[in-house]
Parts: sequence; C-alpha cells; structure tokens
Amino acid sequence: MTEDQVQADVAAGTSAPQAPAEPSEGALWRRLLGTNTAWIFLVLILLVAFFSVLKPNNFPTEFNIRAIATNAAVLLIIAVGETFVIITGGIDLSVGYVLLFSGVTGAQAMNAFGNPTDRGWDLILLGLLVALASGLAWGTFNGVLVAKAKVPPLIVTLGTLGMAWGMAQILSNGQDLRYIPSELATVVGAGKFFAVPWLVIIAALVAATGAIVLRMTRFGRYTFGVGSNEEAARRAGINVDRHLIKVYALSGLLAGFGGFLALAYFTTTTISGHANDNLNAIAAVVIGGTSLTGGIGTVVGTTIGVFIPAILASGFIIIGLQSFWQNVAVGAVLIVAVFVDQLRRRSRER
Amino acid sequence: MAEALLQARGIVKHYGHVEALRGADFDVFPGEIVALIGDNGAGKSTLVKILSGTEQADEGEIGLEGQTVQVSSPLEAQRLGIETVYQDLALAPDLDGAANLYFGREILRRGLLGRLGFLDDRAMHAGARKAFAELGVDLQNAQSPVANLSGGQRQSVAVARSVAWANKVIFLDEPTAALGVVQTARVLDVIRRIRDRGVPVVLVSHNMPQVLQVADRIEVLRLGRRVARFDAGGATIEQLVAAMTGGLDAQGPAAGPA
Repeated sequence: MTEDQVQADVAAGTSAPQAPAEPSEGALWRRLLGTNTAWIFLVLILLVAFFSVLKPNNFPTEFNIRAIATNAAVLLIIAVGETFVIITGGIDLSVGYVLLFSGVTGAQAMNAFGNPTDRGWDLILLGLLVALASGLAWGTFNGVLVAKAKVPPLIVTLGTLGMAWGMAQILSNGQDLRYIPSELATVVGAGKFFAVPWLVIIAALVAATGAIVLRMTRFGRYTFGVGSNEEAARRAGINVDRHLIKVYALSGLLAGFGGFLALAYFTTTTISGHANDNLNAIAAVVIGGTSLTGGIGTVVGTTIGVFIPAILASGFIIIGLQSFWQNVAVGAVLIVAVFVDQLRRRSRER
Repeated sequence: MAEALLQARGIVKHYGHVEALRGADFDVFPGEIVALIGDNGAGKSTLVKILSGTEQADEGEIGLEGQTVQVSSPLEAQRLGIETVYQDLALAPDLDGAANLYFGREILRRGLLGRLGFLDDRAMHAGARKAFAELGVDLQNAQSPVANLSGGQRQSVAVARSVAWANKVIFLDEPTAALGVVQTARVLDVIRRIRDRGVPVVLVSHNMPQVLQVADRIEVLRLGRRVARFDAGGATIEQLVAAMTGGLDAQGPAAGPA
C-alpha cells in the first residue's frame, strides 16, 4: 500500500482493521506457522532421522524404541497434568517432587506390613491409593493457595516443590526403600502386552483420556476459558477458583500416579533421581505448543514434546556424548519453543 | 404512558469521599433504544455497573417489571434477564465464536456422555450460526478463535452473546468506541435489530451524532443525577451538550417516552 493510499484511507476513515479475515494465502501461511505441533513434530522426525543415520545399528532398534517409550511413559503422565495447568495460565513446578513424595508414601504403605516382595495385588492397590492420595493432597494444596490465597503459581509450586522434596526425605530418612511387591515390578514395571510395555500402554491411556477431556468436555472448555480470559470466565458465571483448584489437584493426582509407576519401573523410590522431572515435564508441555500465557495447548503436542527429551537422552548416550548434554539441549529447546510462541502471539495481535 | 420495564430511583454510590451517583434516576421502557449520556465523571459507568450487578448501590431502588429487585451480582443480573456488554468485551480470545456465545452455559450431550461433561459442539455451533445470522453478523469462520477476528466481529460476538441470553434489557457500554466507520454502522444495525426483536437496549455513548441516529430516547446524567430526558426525534446536539454541561438543568423539551 502506498503512502497516498494510506492517506486516502485515513481520510475516508476506513484505515481501521481490514474487515473479515478471508481464507487468503496469508491466512493459510499463518495457520501453518500457527500450529506449533506441526513444527515440533518435524523436529522430532529430524532428531530420529539424525540419530538413525548416525547409528543405524543402535538407535532405530526395537529394543531402543521400547526403552525410549518406557522412559518417556512416566514423564508423559505428569506432563498431561502440567498441560492443563499451563493452559489455565499457571505453572506447576512441584510435579517432580510430588511424584517422588508419592512414590515414597506408596512404598512405605506397601512396606507397613513387613517385607512386601511376595505379597499380592491387594497390597499393590493399597500402595497405589496412598500414592494417588498423596499426589492429590499436594495438588489440592497448590490449587487452594493459587485460587484462594492468590499467591502466584510460580511461588506456590516452588514452595511445595521444596516442601514435598523435604518431606519425602524426612519420611524416608533419605534412604531408598528397595522392596516392592514383585508382581508390581514384573508386571507393571517391566511387563509387556504383545511386545508393548504396560507402562507405555498406561501412559498412552492417560494421554488419550487427557486429550479427550481437554477437547471434548466442559472441564476442558473451562480450562481454556480461564486461561484465555479469567475475568470473562468470572463474568460468564464460571466458578474460576473451584476450577483452578481442580486443575492443580489433577496435576497432583497424575504426579502421584506417576510416582507409583516410577516405583514399579525402578523397583525403588529413587530419591535422588527426580531432579530433572520438573524441567522435562514443563519443557515437554511448552515444546508441544502449549502457551505459557494460557488459553492454548494440546495433549497431542505435549506427547510429542515428551519424546524430544527422551530421544535426546537416548541419542546422546548412543552416539557417546555425556548424558548431561540432554539437559543442555532440553533447556535450549525450551527457550526456543517459548520464543516461537511469543512470535506467534505477536503476529496474532495485529 | 407505558410502565417502565427497568426503573432506578434515587441511586447513590460513594467511592470513599467521591460521590459518583447522587440520587440518580433512570428508566428503560419496553422496545426502545435509550441512550445514556453524560460528560466524563457524570456517573454513567457507575450506574451501568450497579444496574448490571457489578457494583452495589449505597442507596436507592431498582425495579424490574414493577417488582423491586436486588441485583447483587452479575450472575443475579443475568438470571433476571439483564445482560451487559462491557467496553473490554470480556470474551475469551482463544475460544471460537460459538464457544464464547455459550461460555458458562454450554450445551452438553444427552445421556451418559452429557453427565460426564461432554460438550455438544454440533448443537452449539448450530445455535451460534443462527444467533449470528439473526443479528446479521457475518462470521466467515465461526470455528476460528475470536482473537483472529476483526474488532467489529469481536464486538458482534460479544453483542450476540448478550442478545442470546438477555430477555429483559441489554446494556452496551461504548460499543463502537474502538471501531471504524463501516463496523460502527454494522453494530448500530445490530442494535436496531435487537430492539426490533423486543428487547430494549441501553446504549452508553459519548458520540452525540450516533446517539441521535440510533436512539429512540435519551437520558442525560450530570454530576451523578439525571438532569434531562429527550425524545431523540426532537433533540439537537446543542441541546444534549447543554444538558450534559449544565447549560440546561430542566427536563428536556419532550420529556418521557413518546
């Protein structure tokens, strides 16, 4: 548009936003760019291709694929809860240590009646319920502080991160509990169903349920609505506080579930092993296209996002790099993902 | 003279030492577009907030269809059939037009799925298409997030949302303040259509020519009181400005509804 035309438009008073966004070339281009999920899926494919070309005999093997999926399973479960939280415009930094705490309480419940190695499913169920209740309690605590006490989620969950971590160590005296019912380890932790590990199946079911709830139910709609414009949600008569509490409680519940599955997988509480869970879960959600400012996100994106750290971890080990590089790479990818999200937001606010 | 549908009498509102409303009266009659005008600080916004439940009056009475009502919250106002479109629209920009229209009043699927909270998106999209069409709102892509719409379209979604749920009165607070000429004309057209459907509209505006163009009746606030009432047909901009600024303290030449 030339300067003269602009002036003519201003004079005619028609310079204000060009009316309806017709499905033009520009819109299509923007829409493709807009789907972070497509981008991140491409990145995932490229990573797989990169490592496969570099180590064709070690990376793309059935064994390695199964290992990557199993490692990602627990992370995916907590990342699903994190997705809901971040879509409301909040954040849950505590998931990694709520997971640890719940693993400890679950293990202690199963050890309360002596050595649990030969005990059956009733004891496993008890451990599961205790782990779930522990996670739910921390999550609800987070939610109440965020929604009712109006403490910023970053601070609330940073606080409960420390509290859950400390409490886990107090309860366990810093000692890992190494005994769990053997069936929990052999069936849930290491068992397979037609070559697919049970952990992977469970995680896939959780992710599918999360995706359905987010996309197709009123709970999901309110999650987007609250994150998109909290004031609008309040004026629409939605009980925003109660919804936020539910969302944080869900995140805690899933962290509790993740803690129990981690216990089944590692067959010990792995007290020192969860330092990266928070980073990886939040990174997975954000890499997957969920916006930190709320209102936008998908579980499908999160699922793809979870596999990026998992593939990096596996790939780095296989090509002989120190596994610590994984953290460097995940951190960098996280920043890039948020940068892209910012660009996307800016281009939208025309 | 028909009975007022919505009637406010002697509304007083203090904010600390500031008296925003000092015994303000206000009437809305069935089937009209009434403009509420006044200078900055005259108390327009405060009055609208009180009548839509966002704020509570310190003194005074609100009557709806002859009954005294307590508009204790926005939810209570909505329950009474009073809807308000604020300047900031209060839409969820990441949700599409239909989701915004039904935000907080979602239609659920029938049966078990509904009890589990599953949304009936098809019914909501159909309802939204109908609601937008009735108002002559042209939304090419009702599935697109509201953030991707133009200012006028967003305004239309917010208005459509109110229209869909209001059965007594709709308040529009400066609905065209942020719009261009074409979009303004469209929104005014929508306002007339709402009136023609029988729901009275209260238009809060600064724009005198626009008020004269679209309103049936005009009420003027000054320093927290109603100082004049006009029939739009007989009023001039000069009279309105005089009433707003205190050049005229009596009721207007054609007080009351036609």
